[in-house]
Amino acid sequence: MSTVLPYLLSGISVGGQYALIAIGYTMVYGILRLINFAHGDVFMVAGILMVYISASGLPLYVSIPLVLVLTALIGFVIERVAYKPLRTAPRMSIMISAIGVSYTLQNLVLYITGGLNQYYPSIPFISESVTIGTATTKMVTIVTPILTLILVVALVLLINHTKIGMAMRAVSKDFETSQLMGIKINSVISITFVIGSFLAGVGSILYFTNYTTVIQTSGSMPGLKAFIAAVFGGIGSIPGAVVGAFIIGICENLIKGLDVILIKSGVTKQMLGLTTFSDAFTFALLIIILIVKPTGLFGEKTTDKV
Amino acid sequence: MKRFLAILLAALMMIPAFAMAEGVVKIGVFEPASGDSGAGGKQEMLGMQYANTVQPTVEIGGETYKVELVYADNGSSTDKAPSAAQQLVSEGVSVVLGSYGSGVSIAGSQYFADAGIPAIGVTCTNPQVTASNSHYFRICFLDPFQGTVLANYAFKELGARTAYCLAELGNDYDVGLCHYFQQAFEAMGGMVISDTFPTGNSDFTSYLSNATAIGAEVFFCPVSIAYSSQIISQAAGQNVSYPILGSDTLDNNKVAEAAKGTNVKVIITTFYQEGGSPEFDEGFKAWLNSDSEYLTNNGGNDMISAVSVMGYDAYFTALEALKAAGSPDSKAVLAALPSVKLTGVTGEIAFDETGDAIRDSAYIKSVNTETGAWDFVAVQTVE
Amino acid sequence: MTIPEKAPRMQSTKPSLGAVLTGVIVLLIYAAVFLLEQIVPPTSMLFTVLKKGATYALVAVSMNLLNGFTGLFSLGQAGFMLIGAYTYAILTIPAESRAVVYQYYDGGLIQFALSVIPALILAGLMAAAFAFLIGLPVLRLKSDYLAIATLGFAEIIRSIFQWDKLGAITNGSNMLRLFPTFNDFNLKNAQGEVTLYLSTTIPFLIAGVCIGLIVLLLHSSYGRAFMSIRDDEIAAEAMGINLARHKQQAFCISSFFAGVGGAMLAMYQNSVQAKSFTSAMTYEILLIVVIGGIGSVTGSCLSSFLFVACSEWWLRFLDQKQMIGTWEVPLLRNGFRLVVFSIIIMIVVLFFRQGIMGTRELPDLFRKQTEKAQKGGAVK
Repeated sequence: MSTVLPYLLSGISVGGQYALIAIGYTMVYGILRLINFAHGDVFMVAGILMVYISASGLPLYVSIPLVLVLTALIGFVIERVAYKPLRTAPRMSIMISAIGVSYTLQNLVLYITGGLNQYYPSIPFISESVTIGTATTKMVTIVTPILTLILVVALVLLINHTKIGMAMRAVSKDFETSQLMGIKINSVISITFVIGSFLAGVGSILYFTNYTTVIQTSGSMPGLKAFIAAVFGGIGSIPGAVVGAFIIGICENLIKGLDVILIKSGVTKQMLGLTTFSDAFTFALLIIILIVKPTGLFGEKTTDKV
Repeated sequence: MKRFLAILLAALMMIPAFAMAEGVVKIGVFEPASGDSGAGGKQEMLGMQYANTVQPTVEIGGETYKVELVYADNGSSTDKAPSAAQQLVSEGVSVVLGSYGSGVSIAGSQYFADAGIPAIGVTCTNPQVTASNSHYFRICFLDPFQGTVLANYAFKELGARTAYCLAELGNDYDVGLCHYFQQAFEAMGGMVISDTFPTGNSDFTSYLSNATAIGAEVFFCPVSIAYSSQIISQAAGQNVSYPILGSDTLDNNKVAEAAKGTNVKVIITTFYQEGGSPEFDEGFKAWLNSDSEYLTNNGGNDMISAVSVMGYDAYFTALEALKAAGSPDSKAVLAALPSVKLTGVTGEIAFDETGDAIRDSAYIKSVNTETGAWDFVAVQTVE
Repeated sequence: MTIPEKAPRMQSTKPSLGAVLTGVIVLLIYAAVFLLEQIVPPTSMLFTVLKKGATYALVAVSMNLLNGFTGLFSLGQAGFMLIGAYTYAILTIPAESRAVVYQYYDGGLIQFALSVIPALILAGLMAAAFAFLIGLPVLRLKSDYLAIATLGFAEIIRSIFQWDKLGAITNGSNMLRLFPTFNDFNLKNAQGEVTLYLSTTIPFLIAGVCIGLIVLLLHSSYGRAFMSIRDDEIAAEAMGINLARHKQQAFCISSFFAGVGGAMLAMYQNSVQAKSFTSAMTYEILLIVVIGGIGSVTGSCLSSFLFVACSEWWLRFLDQKQMIGTWEVPLLRNGFRLVVFSIIIMIVVLFFRQGIMGTRELPDLFRKQTEKAQKGGAVK
């Protein structure tokens, strides 16, 4: 157990951060049936914003809220500029637009930063070290899952017990009918994007506090993995996305340590180079779930309409 | 149809006029300005830029030429390197300097060879760069040497018997250096566990846990600046007991900054130690401080990185070659390069028959965790 | 997406004026490429653009075959290119260079070298074989799930090729190089001087033959079956088209040509490494297809050359400081080219969804003019 503990801790921490990104994917997909490829890049842009805002000398109690507000605003603007005009277009067009937005955000950041790694400011308290059992880790490792759970509970309450939450559920059930029932589709979609981006912003603060450099491609892998977490848990389901994210985070870190775990337990004598597959495993997991249970762990069954 | 013709016509008109301006000799700078090695590439370029301000002209065959540096960003990646190399070739440069990072140098190499342009590697230490070709030279030491120096240091000075090596997957520089380190370390009777991480990875906590789990007494990671500073800061978070050993890539102020205020011990090998040439140090620092852009490119302060000094020396090596060639023609420079000799800031520079620098010493330094500066440890040579 | 009525044209047996003119234009292009290569110095960026453009054109057309003509949204192109590039490189490295390339693996397992053409074909076949295996499970998935599953497979393929334990064949994650490249097509005399430049013409021929085969395929009954699947799967099935089989065919054929394209990319780059075949590469090709027009072979070819020319050559000046007189143009520095580029792409995606060509082909352009001249007399 003591061998596995540090990997579990890393996994839970990164899983919590994936979860916060995954919620954005799952909410948008639930409503628009769109894989928002740019979501991972919004997460990355939130990291860059923090770097620049804190470099300007603002204190943390101003810069953190400011970053979150700006990130939410970016999500809102992206939806209005790049997705709204294509609402009646085929699904492939919107997805291509999402890829285009992702490309644009990455290139903008490349231009602004000159393509160099930016160093994330250290946030007191959550950057400190803490020892659990045999493992030492940063405070953020413990804060992340707790904060993630609090935010998810709040979000589930919002969706199940408020008017806007009801509207969201209606829109994701049936886009057109809800429009006929007088729900303002556009504002519901905007709010979805704002919430998703806000959570990605929170995720970015936790993630980059742990892994301290930001570059234009920082968002792609976490973004893809968070999306896979969303699919794994059953796209459209928020608890599913969270569970999926934790599973993926833990598996990924266990694989990074698998060689050493195997050597320690005497199964093999030498390194097998299995870390090469730490990313690939996530994708393999995705393909297996898509084939065995396409609706994911907690997804609802959907029927195709002719 | 009209659109089609217009495009065709536009394409034809863009064929550049092929003419070399009189009195100007072009030196190609083949360096990463973006990507994982971007920070290192920029520091290397700073050395060349400074050298260009110190000596902006060169006497070739009795005529004074103005030296123009032509930049191409190879983006730290082997798939962007070919077009950057071709860009330099199409600009008609006489000689190429670079690159920081061995993989990109190898990827660009053939384009220079095809055009008959010589290249002077500045800090690309992998043997493959100059092996089996006649146009690539270099002024730095090689990985078999550097790996051995580091292995010796780890085994003898640090007393380590178990080492954990971490390289970026598919990075020729990292993989090569780990390979030579392992060879030397195991030859002395040590044990090495090698691991790799995928490009773009930022979560190193599990790798650090791996090293702890196998009881490593030294953590060897000759990786890019971006990764190494993350490894150091995550190592600080985990309170690791082993020292972190690095190569010339880690000689950067961001790395030193990451280790500042922690109890992580960072030891590296490099080409130059600040103070080696007070005259150069003073001039270079004054130049850095004269422009905020230079300071930013140097990582925010005026600490001298060895790669800048190497860039400076490479520039003067190129000038020597141009003088010896007596013509700005790249073929003449290529013919003149093997016999070029000069005294650079980092020491004597001369080439052996494969085009490698004849160098037998490396500087070892470590981070002073209180001041965040590099402390000189020793000069190491290998018989 | 509007689909023009193509059926009547395809059934006509007599070659139309458009087809003849298209043939003439293609021949002229080849003649021009050949002549340019003899006249313009080989160091010109023009040839970089032409070589890389031809490579990307083939890959883009192969992606279009899947995404544009069959309606299967696949994002696995980079993975199949990787298989092709590696197959080609592994099979053609001369035996005497293997010790240098496979330096950490004692020269590797394979100790023979094939010549270029068989290696190219094997590269395609290997990619197609992988595609067949991958297609079995994933082609059952619909639209975006298919996209993400193929993207995942591309990543898995990349990891497999990088795995250290396969190093004796794949050289692990290290670079493969020293295999025959485009420059080896130049004819040389005994002194090693080039007597006839063919390093651009031959890639054009390879890409041309492959794209020609794809066009022939699209005009056959298979092609019509693919398009009917795109337009309405259920209707196509009702008409007796075996969905699973045709999708599998389209997927394998597209991957075959992606594999050949990957091999050409390896030849263009002089070296190949698994880590550069990322999803970003697939996205780039997808954007080329979109700019050219989803469902147009001509569009994909045109936009490949435009895309490569802009990114490698014409827009390069945006990355460097420019002075007009004493005035320094603001904003210009490293990376600005890509910003301008992405904005152009977003404009195309949002406002010109048809791309350059829509679903039209080169012959259709002449058709319009002849139609106008004959006041619609050509339409049956």
